[in-house]
Amino acid sequence: MSVTHGTETTAGPVAGSVPPEETEAVGPSGPDPGAMAAVVAAARAALPPDGIIDDHVRLRTYECDGLAHYKVTPALVVLPETAEQVSVVVRACAEHGVPFVARGSGTGLSGGALPRADGVLIVTARMRAIREVRADDQRAVVEPGVINLDVTRAATPAGYYYAPDPSSQQVCSIGGNLAENSGGAHCLKYGFTTNHVLGAEFVTPQGEIVQLGGLAPDAPGYDLLGAVVGSEGTLGIATAITVRLVRLPEDVRTLLAGFRSTDDAGAATSAIIGAGIVPAAIEMMDALAIEAAEAATRCGYPVGAGAVLVVEVDGARVEVEHELAEVERLCREHGVFELRVATEAAERALIWKGRKSAFAAVGRISPDYIVQDGVIPRTALPEVLRAIAELSASSGVRVANVFHAGDGNLHPLVLFDDSVEGAGEAAEKVSGAILDLCIGHGGSITGEHGIGIDKVAYMPRMFSADDLDTMQLVRCAFDPHGAANPGKVFPTPRLCGEVPGRRTGAHPLVEAGLAEAF
Amino acid sequence: MATPTADVDLDAARSALGSACGDVTEAGPADAVDGVPAALVARPASTAEVAEVLRAAAAAGLAVVPRGHGTKMTWGRPPERADLVVDLARMAAVQDHAAGDLIVDIQAGTPLSAVQATVAGAAQQLALDDPLGGATVGGALATNLSGPRRVRFGSARDLLIGVTLVRADGVVAKAGGRVVKNVAGYDLGKLLIGSFGTLGVVTEAVFRLHPLPAARRLVSAPFDRPEEAQRLVQAVVHAHVVPTAVEVDRPAAGPGTVAVLLEGIDAGVAGRAATTRELLGSSAEEGDVPDGWGAVPWAGSDGDRPVALKVTFALSGLARVLATARSAAEDAGLGLHLRGSGGAGVLYGAVTPGTDPAAVRSLVDRLRAECAALGGALVVLDAPAGVKAAVDTWGPVPALDLMWRVKDRFDPQRRLAPGRFVGGI
Repeated sequence: MSVTHGTETTAGPVAGSVPPEETEAVGPSGPDPGAMAAVVAAARAALPPDGIIDDHVRLRTYECDGLAHYKVTPALVVLPETAEQVSVVVRACAEHGVPFVARGSGTGLSGGALPRADGVLIVTARMRAIREVRADDQRAVVEPGVINLDVTRAATPAGYYYAPDPSSQQVCSIGGNLAENSGGAHCLKYGFTTNHVLGAEFVTPQGEIVQLGGLAPDAPGYDLLGAVVGSEGTLGIATAITVRLVRLPEDVRTLLAGFRSTDDAGAATSAIIGAGIVPAAIEMMDALAIEAAEAATRCGYPVGAGAVLVVEVDGARVEVEHELAEVERLCREHGVFELRVATEAAERALIWKGRKSAFAAVGRISPDYIVQDGVIPRTALPEVLRAIAELSASSGVRVANVFHAGDGNLHPLVLFDDSVEGAGEAAEKVSGAILDLCIGHGGSITGEHGIGIDKVAYMPRMFSADDLDTMQLVRCAFDPHGAANPGKVFPTPRLCGEVPGRRTGAHPLVEAGLAEAF
Repeated sequence: MATPTADVDLDAARSALGSACGDVTEAGPADAVDGVPAALVARPASTAEVAEVLRAAAAAGLAVVPRGHGTKMTWGRPPERADLVVDLARMAAVQDHAAGDLIVDIQAGTPLSAVQATVAGAAQQLALDDPLGGATVGGALATNLSGPRRVRFGSARDLLIGVTLVRADGVVAKAGGRVVKNVAGYDLGKLLIGSFGTLGVVTEAVFRLHPLPAARRLVSAPFDRPEEAQRLVQAVVHAHVVPTAVEVDRPAAGPGTVAVLLEGIDAGVAGRAATTRELLGSSAEEGDVPDGWGAVPWAGSDGDRPVALKVTFALSGLARVLATARSAAEDAGLGLHLRGSGGAGVLYGAVTPGTDPAAVRSLVDRLRAECAALGGALVVLDAPAGVKAAVDTWGPVPALDLMWRVKDRFDPQRRLAPGRFVGGI
């Protein structure tokens, strides 16, 4: 049996265009001409001519990422092919005070790769080599522009795969995954990008090329790589990435369960986890999301369901059979009215098709929508779903719920029609109130899409000023001038200042003979 | 009585600390940090008290070394100064075990064993091993302690989901949270893991938990040659037996053992144990997991302070590491007992006798070069003072300048365990 995890198409971006105001995040309306000319000259000296884009029409191709209602045309786009070329451009940016933003495939949903009007967009699309697949070491070394699913394709002949599977895995890049610490449907059991990246060649915002981590775990020194993964491009740019490869499971089964209500489906989810089962994935969709998926893909989900669960179990065959039987039993105990189990890859893909197309499918039932991403403790699921339903009822804004139920990661889709006056604002309000619900239940304002530019305003609701100040100490260490993706993640940049008494080279205490070099 | 750092006004510090924390005492000989005498010991009972203590220490210019149960205080380099030991043993509460959410919120001074006892009540576990015994949560995080089960569950960085720290200036900060899935903000927990107390004092930690397995079996087989060990380990990790641990144990002389831990439901474990026996060959044996299994190879070596190593390498380099380890040890007139996770590429080593600095240095240099060639590293975790003085214990560290820049931002006055970490950090 061929065993691979499912894939899906890119999540649909929010329709419509909202021109951003001039803010810290997007920069002033244009670049400093002298500084930009110097950066262009440095780039021309190092990159092939077709790796530099400064024509306005072509620049506009890069004006947004997957969060398409923020648009900024960058002053310059470069398409480097090597770490050295990235370093040259970044170094020139540092020297001339020009901000830069890194971009992989541009599928991010929080505006993390939104360009700066006064800055350079460094696109990794030409760094697409899978340098090594080392099955005996359970590692692959890939360049940042490599597509997520291509790592799995390269490793599958040797019996391995790359576990993190964000919904955009057919098009998103490993470099972007690293920046965003991307998750996916299967991270309930297998973890996130941060658990699967072991090393990186990395260009700092000063243009230095450093090696973080490597083939082996536990590199001595601070786990800088751990800080870099998920830092949304604010600490530098990875130019080669060492990832963990995971053995393909012996067996995979996917179960589709129809319930009358999200309460029943939520209770079944809690019962499954409570029984000590860790499925590879537990996904839930509510009636509105099912309606959209059905309209888009004819996935054949149970008719009349108030909620469906997609549960996938994988591993050794005997355990898979046991866990599947347990999951079926627990679903029956919690009011399931239809159960289907898929064993063959094609059947499994059909079940996943409905779930994985859900974001884009919502376009079938609503002209515009916001994809929200928040996290709650799993046990708060029924309560939070009821609160979302009340929000929806009281505001008249429809909300379709699609989410990773196993780890409490909600993806409410807030539906609206932008041609109706005030509808966009009303949707924004509901969307924000859902995040407040997540914070109120001790959860997070993002489980996998990132803060980017979209959620900077919410950071102070989740973290104290001291928390944010402390995180930015790391930023100051890597990027004291705030040149790397400025305006993302943190609502207020920290003024770094100089650190007294430090200089490069040997530490003063070493030079003075007061400390040993090791 | 210890000698404090010359330019510290200890009387003023004592008074300020006394109002910060009810439990401040003079340090005794047992409070020395790797031979460096401490002057005072504060035992704060809460994060707020730790913050007060660190503010007072900052005002007085005291060098601060955090301590849990003190089982690894001799690891790393000796600090340049250790005016104040911040002992977290009073912060030993399991603050919240949310069984339905599979998380636990713990104070840093809590012993790992106490965490396990608490969460076991709901048939759960914190999948972090304690291969020395007696570790607290904070100590395990500060030293990035790991054991056999990392093959299946990863290490501390894969289990920690939220952290509270107190900075050198006394500011309290949190990162992460109480949910397993969360990408908001920088992951400070990862920076703190393995930082040996040089960036801040971890006071509280939130971990994800895993279900306790219903059944556990150990299948082991002897090997003579390093290539055999590698062949057996590769066979197991490449098969579908889903091992929780794949341990390699090779004493200084004679044959070694590959041992595979299998966990799960009874029927599943029985089947996978049978498959593993076939993979390991005719001399494979199956049994229960003995008490103390998975301990570091210097465990129980009372009296003499061990030379304790940690070696890491890409998995396919196991045979080369085992071979070089033995030949380098023999050439240096030493014995080297390696034991650890052959399935993760992380072995611990015990060198005997660990008294001749030149001999240990020769062994370390050769084995370190081999590990580096295999994408890994060798660290001398612990050694007698004479050996530490003669050996580069941490070894070369890439990106050291960037690490210094992080240190300088978190602790610009260099008062947190100064000199204990890599490159003099």
